[in-house]
Amino acid sequence: MTDGCGAPADGAASLAGVDIDSQAVVQGQVIHDGSAVTTGYARLLNHGGDFVAEVPLSDGGGFTFFAAPGDWTVRVLAPGGVSVDRPVSAGYGRVAKLDIVI
Amino acid sequence: MSRSDVLTGADWVEAHRSDPGVVLVEVDEDTSAYDKGHIAGAVKIDWKKDLQDPVRRDFVDKTGFEALLSGRGIANDDTVVLYGGNNNWFAAYAYWYFRLYGHRSVKLLDGGRKKWELDSRELVEEVPHRPRTSYVASEPDTSIRAFRDEVVAAIGKQNLVDVRSPDEFSGKLLAPAHLPQESAQRPGHVPTAKNVPWAKSANDDGTFKSDDDLRALYRDEAGLDFDRATIAYCRIGERSAHTWFVLHELLGQGNVKNYDGSWTEYGSLVGVPIELGDAK
Repeated sequence: MTDGCGAPADGAASLAGVDIDSQAVVQGQVIHDGSAVTTGYARLLNHGGDFVAEVPLSDGGGFTFFAAPGDWTVRVLAPGGVSVDRPVSAGYGRVAKLDIVI
Repeated sequence: MSRSDVLTGADWVEAHRSDPGVVLVEVDEDTSAYDKGHIAGAVKIDWKKDLQDPVRRDFVDKTGFEALLSGRGIANDDTVVLYGGNNNWFAAYAYWYFRLYGHRSVKLLDGGRKKWELDSRELVEEVPHRPRTSYVASEPDTSIRAFRDEVVAAIGKQNLVDVRSPDEFSGKLLAPAHLPQESAQRPGHVPTAKNVPWAKSANDDGTFKSDDDLRALYRDEAGLDFDRATIAYCRIGERSAHTWFVLHELLGQGNVKNYDGSWTEYGSLVGVPIELGDAK
């Protein structure tokens, strides 16, 4: 069991060693003008718009969430007041890919 | 105590970070962000390595806290400004901890590392050297710390505030969704607990909402009885430290405790009552 609770400083957590069959993974990359956005945050919201989790974007602009099956929203926050929402559907046994252009 | 006594902003930090008697401290669980860049002059505290006992499930004792602060060059009369990632969760935990050991002047940087980054303010890699001090801590003030038996006894009698996300509260998720979901504990929440996710107290940039909005959130929307004692909990006690900060420090509620054992302890106890399902 993870005894901590914080998000990793690299928000694109590796899936190595993770049993995908038991996880509903949402993973993606944030892009601006063809380049990865490296300063910013990806936030996962539930169907009611409530905060579920948030990670800082990785050096490659990536993010990873371990959700539950269902519909979610990923919100990207970036400098300059950027706030962009994108819907995503997650399920066990697959990685829901979501690339977001801002 | 006013809001400005316990909370400060980036402009104040920019203006005063080099003042004698002001110490910036970045606190997080994953401190690799500090190593890549931090606010100039800030020293680092690692939530796990520095604040947790390496053997028992507990935080470091008075002697350990004294050794930590002495080693970081923090003196008893310094004003300590804490900030970190994760929307200041671990900085709020450290704030609670500084208060527990009696530090007189301590503040949170509103919005923490996230707002600093989103505002495109400068981060540096240079690690400051601070001369060692001889810090003397007070005996721990357990009037702000709840233990498991108090939580069980508080069911139906005190305000219990579960600050996790609605999906963790209901049992749909066992951890924040940036972590793989694990099943070491039973899902659910303490019966009679109100679910007021910590995130409702903050704006998207991590800054705290106004005192009026916070009072409306906890008293009017969630129905907390401000005349009763309150215990806040989450999964490991850091998000609930954020809510403890709101209730005790910003809103001035007198009898508020943080249950740092939180769900990782409660959800593993034998025989205690657990409730499943959405907030009522």
